[in-house]
Amino acid sequence: MNLLRLFSRPRSAPAARERLQVLLAHERAAAGDSDLVAKLRDEILRAISMHMQVDDDKVSIRMERGAQVSTLAVDIEIPFDAGKKAA
Amino acid sequence: MGKVIVVTSGKGGVGKTTSSAALGAALAQGGEKVVVVDFDVGLRNLDLVMGAERRVVYDLVNVIQGEAKLTQALIRDKRVETLYLLPASQTRDKDNLTEKGVEAVIGALKANFDWVICDSPAGIERGATLAMRHADIAVVVTNPEVSSVRDSDRIIGLLDSKTLKAETGERIEKHLLLTRYDPARALRGDMLKVDDVLEILSIPLLGIIPESMDVLRASNIGSPVTLADQTSAPAIAYFDAVRRLRGEQIPVTVPGEKRSFLGKFFGRKAA
Repeated sequence: MNLLRLFSRPRSAPAARERLQVLLAHERAAAGDSDLVAKLRDEILRAISMHMQVDDDKVSIRMERGAQVSTLAVDIEIPFDAGKKAA
Repeated sequence: MGKVIVVTSGKGGVGKTTSSAALGAALAQGGEKVVVVDFDVGLRNLDLVMGAERRVVYDLVNVIQGEAKLTQALIRDKRVETLYLLPASQTRDKDNLTEKGVEAVIGALKANFDWVICDSPAGIERGATLAMRHADIAVVVTNPEVSSVRDSDRIIGLLDSKTLKAETGERIEKHLLLTRYDPARALRGDMLKVDDVLEILSIPLLGIIPESMDVLRASNIGSPVTLADQTSAPAIAYFDAVRRLRGEQIPVTVPGEKRSFLGKFFGRKAA
């Protein structure tokens, strides 16, 4: 029965590998760039608020680190009337 | 001027002290002058693993605090005459290590030895950061297991930010030493493979030390594994690692993957 168990049991190493990759991607970003992202967020917000009114909660800034390239995504929801005022 | 190596890992119990003793002994067996420094103040064990526990008179803290000269604290190995040990203190704590004091001791050792090997304590606190502070080369000891890989990743981050080399814009040389590796379990898919760990940590591989009874046997008798049995699988792996540290380009083999015909029948009994 030992042999049967050996073949039916799912392999655990791929799960370990995947969990580590996801976890470390987050931890590396948090350790290295938390200040950078916070600074960028503040400065981008300040630049935009000079021209239009935006809600702090409607801004999302994300940093994703890949092996070769990292991306910084800025997502701002602009209310209809705020745009009108600026125009 | 000698080179300073830090043997570090973040996680405890992965084989830092065993590896410090084995790498130090292997370098010294090649005729170079080596000192292995125990930075684990309060929990010293390098003296025990190297079989010098009954010869400790003065330690690193005594030297730093000016209570003893460096030459008084150094213990010469009885088997390899170019191998020395600088033990840690057992009674005091890590707060007795000062940045200035460590700098002075490492400077003096560098001037007198070809290799200075710093055996780091576990963790990421003061003891560990002081051990890595002056390193030219870091050996990151990792087990093929999730918590060890995670902690190694954290340590690599510290090596790139908290060392003198990093602060002066130079690059610290980092190497992975994968210990307690079991090729059979990796092949079955129940242990992270060498390539998995390499891909996640992305630093060059210094060697693969197989899980082996020989390691425990060596520490039982107080002998670095490269001295206890030079022909054992872990000893051969450490000798190869040392050749790579010296700059030789030799391919890394997975120990124990090539089994002899007879080994196939008799080798598995032990498991």
